[in-house]
Amino acid sequence: MNGFMTILKRDLHLAIRQGVDSMTVVMFFVLVVIILPFGVGPEPNILARIGSGVIWVAALLASTLSLERLFQMDYEDGSLELLSLSSVTLEVIVLAKVTAHWLTTGLPLIITAPLLALLLNLDKESFSILICTLALGTPSLSLVGAVGAALILGARRGGVLLALIILPLYLPVLIFGVSAVDANVNGIEARAQLLVLGALLLTALPLCTWAAATSIKQAIE
Amino acid sequence: MLVGPNGSGKSSLLRLMAGLIKPATGNLKWCREEIYEDPENHSERLHYVGHQDAVKPALSVFENLLFWSSLRNGNCENREATKKALNTFGLGHLEKVPGRFLSTGQKKRVDLARILVSPAPLWLLDEPTAALDKETITSLESAIDYHCTVGGMVVISTHSEIKLPRHQVINLAGFSGTHIE
Repeated sequence: MNGFMTILKRDLHLAIRQGVDSMTVVMFFVLVVIILPFGVGPEPNILARIGSGVIWVAALLASTLSLERLFQMDYEDGSLELLSLSSVTLEVIVLAKVTAHWLTTGLPLIITAPLLALLLNLDKESFSILICTLALGTPSLSLVGAVGAALILGARRGGVLLALIILPLYLPVLIFGVSAVDANVNGIEARAQLLVLGALLLTALPLCTWAAATSIKQAIE
Repeated sequence: MLVGPNGSGKSSLLRLMAGLIKPATGNLKWCREEIYEDPENHSERLHYVGHQDAVKPALSVFENLLFWSSLRNGNCENREATKKALNTFGLGHLEKVPGRFLSTGQKKRVDLARILVSPAPLWLLDEPTAALDKETITSLESAIDYHCTVGGMVVISTHSEIKLPRHQVINLAGFSGTHIE
């Protein structure tokens, strides 16, 4: 637990010092959502209908942006090797780094989402549901992304490879995230979808932590 | 002290001892106990200094060192020991300087200071003198000497001269290509 806090603190510290990373993610998210109406036309009805989908897809793409650096920096300067030599287990290290990643990228996305929903003329009653789905979904994205980030360690042009590996894995989160908001817009209770999102998160938590730790072990050897 | 030509396996042997890689055959024991049975316990009793220096460009020298020491000591920040370790390698005046402004040698010194902030019986140093100036090498020599007097063990791989009062030299060149059963 102590090791978890120490690593989390350092990663947050680093993220704040190098604020560019999380700012790029948020700016990318905002830009994608703003650019879309120029492509599909500005009719309020169309935008309201596709709004939740657009926000979710933009969130997926934005979160892949920063994932490449999740372990890469520590891998390149030898810190990851030393971290693995500390008494803290690799699983805890992965969990601490994923938590830091979510706090610096996932959380800002959730905070900006209502503003973008407003721009897309999304039904006001769906705002809270949208936030709920993002709050349950983005930690899963960071966790699944961590597996990809660990797998590309040492690979050249890892960023593209990373997107290819993890975007298909993001599908379940995307499907239930969007359908929860849609259900709410159509006056159906979205409880089931939210429960599935929660279940996905609970499954990803041990599975992805373990998978990422194992592939880091492979990368270090 | 491990010597031998490039590619003779000095670094690999050190990484093997650190538990970073596993041997293809054979095993590694500490007090008659297999180290792979309890890797966490093994890593707690050693310090490994590799070719990379693990200095974060965005953190100051002091913060870099404090992180490694608090990771070892279970989150309690030992500021006194950190300061002392920095002074040993002549980094006292650079305390607040961010890692990105340091030279290669200075980064190496930060990395070496890491082994002084928290005690561990076994030091594995992979070519520690590569980028160091004469003065720092002398401080390193005396640090190693002191560590050995208080009962510690040090394994160093090197190409240059390191003056130590009592040491055993193992030339890995003699082992190249041999297969030890």
